Amino acid sequence: MSNPQAPRDSAKEQPGLRYPTNGKTIYHRPLNRAKAAELSGASFAYLFSEMVSYASKKIESIQDLEKRLNVQGHPIGLKLLDLLLYREPARSQTRPLTIITLLHFIKINVWQHLFGQAADGLEKSSDASKPDEYMIIDNEPLVNRYISVPRDMSQLNCAAYVAGIIEGVCDGSAFPARVTAHSVGKQEEGEMWPGRTVFLVKFAPEVMERESFLGKG
Amino acid sequence: MSYYFVIVGTEDNPLFEYEFGTSKAGGDGQARFPEQARHMNQFIVHSSLDIVEEVQWGTGQMYLKCVDRFYNNYVSCFLTGGNVKFMLLHQPPSSSVSSTANNPRSSTSTIATNPTSPQTEEAVRAFMLEVYESWVKTIMSPFYRVNMEVRSPILRQRVAAAGRKYL
Repeated sequence: MSNPQAPRDSAKEQPGLRYPTNGKTIYHRPLNRAKAAELSGASFAYLFSEMVSYASKKIESIQDLEKRLNVQGHPIGLKLLDLLLYREPARSQTRPLTIITLLHFIKINVWQHLFGQAADGLEKSSDASKPDEYMIIDNEPLVNRYISVPRDMSQLNCAAYVAGIIEGVCDGSAFPARVTAHSVGKQEEGEMWPGRTVFLVKFAPEVMERESFLGKG
Repeated sequence: MSYYFVIVGTEDNPLFEYEFGTSKAGGDGQARFPEQARHMNQFIVHSSLDIVEEVQWGTGQMYLKCVDRFYNNYVSCFLTGGNVKFMLLHQPPSSSVSSTANNPRSSTSTIATNPTSPQTEEAVRAFMLEVYESWVKTIMSPFYRVNMEVRSPILRQRVAAAGRKYL
């Protein structure tokens, strides 16, 4: 802090893992990518299964496991937020100011980027006593495609990882929230979509306070 | 014109600092803050953070323009989606203090002399956007966690190059 411009010229000459030999760093790579650039679903499924089994070591409860998956997703959300905003055209490059614009951004931009399609639904909790709860609905989460949950862990939904990503986006844009993933495939409306998952977004009280204040002004 | 640029994290913690001078109109790119007031820069920018937090909910734009002024120091701000603040303090050379402070309209509108002119705002915007690109690349590193200090010499080079190009 005291000497912000210390000479760092010697950095280039040091060989080793810290500096790549071809001189190309993360700063030399472009941030925009071609529209059709998709990743292999098989390799993702393999990686994700490893992530889940890593997270399920030495856990005491299902909540523990979901919490760990959530924590793995969180930094991705933080990074995605700025990356996707950067890729927006200059005119619509705006930070989300209200809950609705934020959730819309998640439903459209984040989902499109991660899964190649927008989320299937966005709802406000119908319970009048819980105005701080919103639901993002995905009929068939990509992360759960090759996951079969054992019967003794029936509460588990590995989309907790995606919930972590959503939480990261919310936290990053100064809308602190708790996001959890719930399977609703067995309920009446879920007959067509057995893997239907609801991401319950519960915003912190200060967010609601600010929202009502901004709404008046 | 002398500049002090700092990237401030979400907990009002500095992540990156850089001091430079103008390269336009024959400037040599060296900061010329008066030695007895140089340490004040951090305080001035820190005090502007409160204003940024008020302004940020009024507009969704990332570039908040000039948010604060303290005597001859002007503070511009750019706010990223992740609520990281790029703060740029600019200080015109002290010889032109009286003319710019009294009647900013009539003074010449080059970047070096008038910190509130539209030209300056545009130059700062271009500078901020270039830094933003490098910043997004920084946070894309899988080893970067939120509010970590950035020590990369490459980012420093990039910021310096953007400063030379626009300011």
